[in-house]
Amino acid sequence: MSKEIIIEHAVKRYDNVTIIKDLSLRIGNSELFTLLGPSGCGKTTLLRMIAGFNTIEGGTIRFGDTVINNIPAHKRNIGMVFQDYAIFPHLTVAQNIMYGLKEHKVPREEAKQRLEKMLRLTKIEEYRDRLPERLSGGQQQRVALARAIAIHPDVLLMDEPLSNLDAKLRVEMREIIRDIQKQIGITTVYVTHDQEEALAISDRIAVMNFGDIQQVGTPHEIYTRPFNVFVADFIGRSGFFCGEMEGEGSRRRIKLSKDYTLEMDNILPSASNGRVIVGIRPEEFCIAEKGMTAKVRKATYLGKYITYVLDFEDCSMMEDQESIEFSQHLGNAASLHRVGDTIKLAAYAQRINVFSPETKESIIRGVARYGQETVSL
Amino acid sequence: MGRKRFRFDFWVLITIIVFTLFALFMVWPLAKLLISGFIDPSTGEWSLKNFQTFFGRKYYTNAIFHSLYISCTVTILTVILGTLMAYLTSTFDIKGRGFIQILVIFSMMSPSFIGAYSWVILLGRNGLVTNFFANLGISLPTIYGFHGIVLVLTLKLYSFIYFYVSGAIKKVDPSMLEASQSLGCSPARNVVKMLIPLVLPSLLAAALMVFMTSIADFGTAMLIGEGYRVLPVLVYRAFMGENGSNANFAAAIAFVMVALTACLYFLQKYIINKKSFKMRSVKTIQKRPIKGFKAVLAHIYVYGLALLSVLPQMTVIVTAFLKTKGSRFVRGFSLDSFRSAWKTILSTTRNTYLYGATAIVLIVLIAVFVAYLSVRKRNALTSLLDVVTVFPYIISGSILGIMLLLCFNTKPLILSGSAAIIIVAFIIRRLPHTLRSSVGVLYQISPSTEEAAISLGSSPQKAFFKVTFMLMVPGIATGAIMSWVTVINELSASLILYTGGTKTLSVAVYEQVSRGNYGAAAAIASILMLTTIISLAVFMKATGSKEYTM
Ligand SMILES: Nc1ncnc2c1ncn2[C@@H]1O[C@H](COP(=O)(O)OP(=O)(O)OP(=O)(O)O)[C@@H](O)[C@H]1O
Ligand SMILES: [Mg+2]
Repeated sequence: MSKEIIIEHAVKRYDNVTIIKDLSLRIGNSELFTLLGPSGCGKTTLLRMIAGFNTIEGGTIRFGDTVINNIPAHKRNIGMVFQDYAIFPHLTVAQNIMYGLKEHKVPREEAKQRLEKMLRLTKIEEYRDRLPERLSGGQQQRVALARAIAIHPDVLLMDEPLSNLDAKLRVEMREIIRDIQKQIGITTVYVTHDQEEALAISDRIAVMNFGDIQQVGTPHEIYTRPFNVFVADFIGRSGFFCGEMEGEGSRRRIKLSKDYTLEMDNILPSASNGRVIVGIRPEEFCIAEKGMTAKVRKATYLGKYITYVLDFEDCSMMEDQESIEFSQHLGNAASLHRVGDTIKLAAYAQRINVFSPETKESIIRGVARYGQETVSL
Repeated sequence: MGRKRFRFDFWVLITIIVFTLFALFMVWPLAKLLISGFIDPSTGEWSLKNFQTFFGRKYYTNAIFHSLYISCTVTILTVILGTLMAYLTSTFDIKGRGFIQILVIFSMMSPSFIGAYSWVILLGRNGLVTNFFANLGISLPTIYGFHGIVLVLTLKLYSFIYFYVSGAIKKVDPSMLEASQSLGCSPARNVVKMLIPLVLPSLLAAALMVFMTSIADFGTAMLIGEGYRVLPVLVYRAFMGENGSNANFAAAIAFVMVALTACLYFLQKYIINKKSFKMRSVKTIQKRPIKGFKAVLAHIYVYGLALLSVLPQMTVIVTAFLKTKGSRFVRGFSLDSFRSAWKTILSTTRNTYLYGATAIVLIVLIAVFVAYLSVRKRNALTSLLDVVTVFPYIISGSILGIMLLLCFNTKPLILSGSAAIIIVAFIIRRLPHTLRSSVGVLYQISPSTEEAAISLGSSPQKAFFKVTFMLMVPGIATGAIMSWVTVINELSASLILYTGGTKTLSVAVYEQVSRGNYGAAAAIASILMLTTIISLAVFMKATGSKEYTM
């Protein structure tokens, strides 16, 4: 049954291009674990290494105590859900689900019971004798899920299972996937490049870039305390400012403009003073008497919120930023602003993130690449 | 760390098997053939003597010119006839289109030399029609030589153009024509400006096929060509010559021919590739009604051509039931021809279908494996397998026969005179049809389907057979049917490879024709046609069931 997955110093090379240099990861038993990252960062590659469809050029991957590096894919006891569903078009829904049960030589009676259970669980009982070509995308995806979990795999792997569905169905299916996963409690690795989906569904997320782990943590950790500038930028939106830091220990002052200085009390004591990068999310600003001066370039009304695109005049920013945004919650807004207005903005010192300009890593106390509670492997 | 472990799995085994067969039956025989052209038969030493003989005498060099002249003429004629027929039947409302389709398919189903010999029966020196007109005091132009070969090959091969172009016209999106018309193009100009360019890639592909088939054709030229020598006939004569076989000289001529066809093939392929693009359309062109004088002309053309192309088959069937006296047909019907050829019919039918069935099973297996290797396991090594499709284009049947004989009539592997060598020739020559359609369907099947099966616990070979292969079956049927029909009608390689015990139907027909036993030949040929049709019906029933959409 369900097992934890331990990846240690994994290496993947295609001919002479190294896609994954040295990757370590521990995925807990029964966890819904997401690999998230931009296109081409190696998510599929890593997933297929776990599945056995890619060779492993170095390091080890274990399911529980078993090293699986040299176990062929069909003996790894994995369940896999593919982006294009990969339903067998020549078999009916029921035959699709029975396929794996037969391969695993599950006794007839038990196989039948499992089939019924799966059909019920994924709500596809009425289509059992249909050929897949007459099913909708969402229904096909359920068949794929039922087929994968029917064999009681050690781990369940999903590669962008929802990306071929429309927006509404995506939300619906991700709830179904999460419910079923929790119900049967199977270790699941879920690949997506959709951050909203990842935040909504996961127990923990690994953010990847260029074949490397950028950060591992719960959705909350990753969103609120990104480990580096890449994660802060990739998950949600952040505006990046350049500040001057001074002070000692964890209490420091960061000067953002000539008349706005932030008082921080959660800086890593070993962090050095001088230039720092400050990441502020749109909802981490507030209108204030004293703050940075900004001019409204564009305002977009979104119902609950209004989002302003701003030009800051008296503070220095990181280069290559498209725009810096401030989103104002309309519930407690005193007044709305128009394009061309000049406003003063302060930031919530407790919520913003500060990064070292050299390593681009966070200098907030307690933020670690492999999560706050677990120390790195 | 980082050591790449080599895993010996099912596909490695298949790769090894495929490449062993490839080397043994294609590379080695070809190498041996090319080398033996450079050996002096009298001394056994290296020399250019064979080539000097060949290029030194007009008798031989003329054949190059003849071959090219015939192929070009046939290609041009078939392109005109076939395209016009395809255009008429797919854009106008021609009555009885299904019937025409059947006639054309029927005309494709027998070897081209049957066409040749039927025309000899009709228009030859002693032909039925010739004699009829001779009695009226009119002498008809001769059927032998250049004109005869062109006539037979054109009527036989225009059907390729017809089918390819009809298929392409079906894929043309009518809204494209409408778009062009809305931009101010008249219907007639539309055909020139839109339709022809759109079907051009298919037309060129079909024309290439016609060209290569007619340059390699042997049976027709042998029966009807007489003094008009072409390369395949020279190769055959040199190899089987009455005044002693000269394998080395035959090899040298074969060398020249292979070099010529290879150059032409790659040249044409290069031109075609530059012009190819993909089309797909759900709608098809609406057929327009046609009236009056134009309608009469169109119907005369379409029916005339279709009937003319099945005339040989009709002649064969009718003459099979005629009374004969020596090599002449006389008044009255009888079953004598069947009676006299009965023993031959029995043994050759058995041989044909036994070898044919074995070959088609192997063809399907090999095609599926080769397609899989070259699509799914593509690398520098497996891309060499593309040659498998080109090989029979460039190596004509008689040259293939000679190659195989040169290699397998001595130790370590003696196959000459066996059924195996004929089956090998069948497979090599007719594999491409099935291979092409296998590659086509494989591109439409997502690799993840097979990976899904593996993740569910199937070993790679089981996943292949239970999923991918099953999904391929409906798609490869078209190619397999083509392979099947052409296998059982194969002549040129079998003619070189057969011995008394391994004679096939088409060889038997050829043999009877060349002995002048036209009655017996017709009887055997009708059996060949009849059984082809029956087997085709069975085959279609068994395979043409359903296709899965993915
Ligand atoms: N078979 C292969 N041979 C060579 N390079 C490959 C191969 N497969 C993938 N790559 C490369 O490996 C890198 C990672 O690819 P991968 O498919 O894992 O990306 P991904 O994170 O899944 O992206 P996406 O979100 O677009 O699916 C890419 O740069 C890709 O070009
Ligand atoms: Mg991917």
